[in-house]
Amino acid sequence: MGLEEQLPSGVLLTTVEKFAGYARKGSLWPATFGLACCAIEMMAAGGPRYDIARYGMEVFRASPRQADLMIVAGRVSQKMAPVLRQIYDQMPGPKWVIAMGVCASSGGMFNNYAIVQGVDHVVPVDIYLPGCPPRPEMLFDAILKLHDKIQDTKMGAHRRAEVAELETIALSAPTTLEMKGLMR
Amino acid sequence: MSDPSVRAVPEGVRELDIIGVRNGAFGVAGSGDTSGFGGLVEPIVMPGPTARPFGGWFDEATDELELALADAGLPATEAIEKVVVYRDEITYHVRREHLVAFVTALRDEPALRFEFCSGVSGVHYPHETGRELHAVYHFLSITHNRRVRVEVSVPDDDARIPSIVAVYPTNDWHERETWDFFGIEFEGHPALTRIMMPDDWPGHPQRKDYPLGGIPVEYKGGTIPPPDQRRSYN
Repeated sequence: MGLEEQLPSGVLLTTVEKFAGYARKGSLWPATFGLACCAIEMMAAGGPRYDIARYGMEVFRASPRQADLMIVAGRVSQKMAPVLRQIYDQMPGPKWVIAMGVCASSGGMFNNYAIVQGVDHVVPVDIYLPGCPPRPEMLFDAILKLHDKIQDTKMGAHRRAEVAELETIALSAPTTLEMKGLMR
Repeated sequence: MSDPSVRAVPEGVRELDIIGVRNGAFGVAGSGDTSGFGGLVEPIVMPGPTARPFGGWFDEATDELELALADAGLPATEAIEKVVVYRDEITYHVRREHLVAFVTALRDEPALRFEFCSGVSGVHYPHETGRELHAVYHFLSITHNRRVRVEVSVPDDDARIPSIVAVYPTNDWHERETWDFFGIEFEGHPALTRIMMPDDWPGHPQRKDYPLGGIPVEYKGGTIPPPDQRRSYN
């Protein structure tokens, strides 16, 4: 049929995109960024009962230079925001961010002067994980969804086309107020 | 609206200072508040001054304290504004100009030996005109296993208290925190800068009149204003 039939045994074909995605998702190294009670659940996820090592992620790096995933676990205060941004800037790319819990996602119950209303004001967020705090299973669900996202990451011309498409969608998207939800 | 004086003094308490009366739970009188507490009338009471005998070790310790102050050339009545014994705890209300001499006596007098000051807290009483801001110190004597509380009151427009860092060095960061949150200026502190809030933060957020802040939250089809604009809290 094609090239595949001509190959000797033990050789597989793939694309650079897929191979890079496979390698990247297989060894995410999280930076420790526990800020509040969500960090307890994150630590529980790292312990033997839930065992984040199943995904090759047990090495929580205290140094951002050796990390490529930032799990923002907890509420970010106005004073912590520049610190968080600096940690993010120090991480080598490609890098990803999970906003763990409602506080990191949107400010949660802390709608006041002291807390940043969502960590996406400071860093780009890949996965928003709700919950107060989310259970380790929920964190794993977010991590697995992030794995899928990393696996499907486009590169080069494909990435540029994807960015253009996403831009078109975002520009025509209605604001939250224009949407119709349960409050009619 | 019922007469506030009816419930002014709770049963079993002899003397209390009424410093204000609170109407409703959220500052709304009548039916404007849906919480059900709109008709609440609650006097804000503080324990009043206590006369001797205080009971327990309080008399003996106060005697020693007055002697130590007299040795330092300071009459006790001038330094101590009032003594409050309430719920088996003793509080000395000290005039701010004599605070350093007072805590030096607390620390150095062999019969007192309050070696440990666990910090200073701020309290804001907007009702108390002329003494809106209070600084509260807690002391522990490890030698005698005793605790006392010292309270200093200052007006809002002249919020200055002498620092006791020279006597109790551990109070350094505590005084910075109280300055940060309440705006009480501790004179003589080695480096009185903000400790909790960012360096360029305006205002002192733990005061009662500081706005809570927050942003309106948008849902699909609706907006909820920030918490401090849904109801009146002041």
